[in-house]
Amino acid sequence: MPLLEIDKDKCIGCGSCIDSCPFGALSLVDDMVVVNDQCTGCGACLLACPMHALNLPAERPQATVDNLSLYSGVWVWVEQFNGQMGGISVEMLGQGRKLADRRKAALTACVLGHHVEHITKEAISFGADRVFWVDNEILAAYRTAPYASTLIHLVREYKPEIFLLGASSRGRDLAGSIASVLYTGLTADCTGLEIDSDSGLLLQTRPAFGGTIMATIICPNRRPQMATVRHRVFEMPVADPSRQGQTISIKAAMRAEQITTQVVDSILEKDEVNLADARVIVAGGHGVRGPAGFETLRRLADVLGGAVGSSRSAVDAGWISYAHQVGQTGRTVRPNLYIACGISGQIQHLAGMKTSKVIVAINKNPDAPIFSVANYGIVGDLFQIVPALTEQFKKKMHK
Amino acid sequence: MNIFVCIKQVPDTTDVKINPETNTLIREGIHNIVNPFDVYAIEEALLLKEKFGGKVSVISLGPPQSINALKEAVGMGADEAIQLSDRAFAGSDSWATAYTLALAIRKLGIFDIILCGKQAIDGDTGQVGPGIASQLGITQLTYVFKIIKLDPEAGTITVERLLEEGREIVEAKLPALLTVVKDINQPRSATLFHIRRASKLLIPTWTAADLPGAAPSRLGLKGSPTQVIKIFTPPKREGVLDLIATDNVDQSASILADKIIAENIL
Repeated sequence: MPLLEIDKDKCIGCGSCIDSCPFGALSLVDDMVVVNDQCTGCGACLLACPMHALNLPAERPQATVDNLSLYSGVWVWVEQFNGQMGGISVEMLGQGRKLADRRKAALTACVLGHHVEHITKEAISFGADRVFWVDNEILAAYRTAPYASTLIHLVREYKPEIFLLGASSRGRDLAGSIASVLYTGLTADCTGLEIDSDSGLLLQTRPAFGGTIMATIICPNRRPQMATVRHRVFEMPVADPSRQGQTISIKAAMRAEQITTQVVDSILEKDEVNLADARVIVAGGHGVRGPAGFETLRRLADVLGGAVGSSRSAVDAGWISYAHQVGQTGRTVRPNLYIACGISGQIQHLAGMKTSKVIVAINKNPDAPIFSVANYGIVGDLFQIVPALTEQFKKKMHK
Repeated sequence: MNIFVCIKQVPDTTDVKINPETNTLIREGIHNIVNPFDVYAIEEALLLKEKFGGKVSVISLGPPQSINALKEAVGMGADEAIQLSDRAFAGSDSWATAYTLALAIRKLGIFDIILCGKQAIDGDTGQVGPGIASQLGITQLTYVFKIIKLDPEAGTITVERLLEEGREIVEAKLPALLTVVKDINQPRSATLFHIRRASKLLIPTWTAADLPGAAPSRLGLKGSPTQVIKIFTPPKREGVLDLIATDNVDQSASILADKIIAENIL
């Protein structure tokens, strides 16, 4: 039984709500809106109704046991791998700084690891006022349990109002675990974070349905308001090495023998296919015709200092590994430059790359949907165009 | 070996098209499917059962029609299925969903492994798997790309996880919850034998009253800490396509390279 309540006395059968429903749950029957079981109670239609005829049950979670006003400040989990701070963490420190200023509060960076003291200084240079620094052997490689328990312990003790983590594999793994234990709201993969000027709440905007719709989400009654943040959405702040901040050393909340997982090996991709960090991606699809075709793309990527991506069809055909796949069942990327070669541009592929800054499409078929999101395009044979483009960049970029 | 698989019924986004004039979703003809990542989870469960014996139970939280997703899983070979469906569950966000599924898993009893897809293709959050693991207090292994070794006697598992920088091999103690990525296996098709079984199998529907210990204030819309306040279609990409067409490939390439360099993004 759907959750939405329709006030039949108020409904005038205008149909305004029908298009607002992302689930197609609303329709008109005898000039009256009816709702079917597809309704998830998301509330998107409530605002669309000019007659205020649509309602959801008013009962919402009670205000937290804790007093909400006890929570203040913005926290960022600073992700590091092999002692290097992730680009996403730098972006979050920049955006976290802005949010903290809007809330007239402090920005705290949480740095967990082993022998990573240099990162505490970097975090301050990018905008943190305070760093919680947890140095322990058990935190050397990321593992869910020791990281989550340490951060849960810190949240309970110091009560942040907002807690941001990167929407990386580790960030999503960690955030889901923390929010679950703390019984608080977590919004995944945000591409927009703002403070509502009336309520002071964090407005968290994210894509859903593979990017075909956007949703703005709040967490009014629980704290902290938690979000994971997509890569390359927010600007990178400029480091200010003269910034001063406070570093507080904290103990890890677990002992080695309590941890049930052990990272035994870590295999880095030899061709360094870090699509998330890549500023340039040269991607190939069906039109690349085989593994050898990807070598043509790789040469262009090398000249531009970029990574090689692929559509699902090329991965399914076995021409390139899954780690390269961009799109709904692969990775979501947002490089400065995305060159799509022989990719038709199915909606699932577009979902993973359409927010790239500049998109270039090279395709034989002038009607390929990829051209609808591209800034620049050439219709033609990629095996002629890509090598020619590689040569041109070689010439022009060395000038 | 007792294996649980949590699955979700989702709208098939391959059906989703955008009306280019109004920039809104065209929903005609959208039908529901088992979340594609969950199909890999079902397959992995069946592979483990074939190797080690035991039972595969599939659980889904959703509206009444989500029973069809469970039937599909049984059609592939799952042994039993449980549906969680109740008005009290409606409007659950990822927290309330994980809470409800964890309660159902507790009621089902002892297990060795829980499998989930890495995320659902409608919400794309990937939070429910970690949520369930935390609620149950068990080991969590996300983005699993390969189960390298499983030793039911010793109660250990070794998996390969797919991360941004590459892959990672992790050894863990059971029971554990795994979320799996696409490349982990090649899901089988349903067989006639199992489809027949699915049509006859009694799939129980559990409501809130069937879940021992369920706190009503933590279920459904009421128990969900997050609230959606606005849904909108993303703005279209700005600018129009600049199509470069000359008679000569090198000339086109040169113009394109100049334009890209002028964007100042390299």
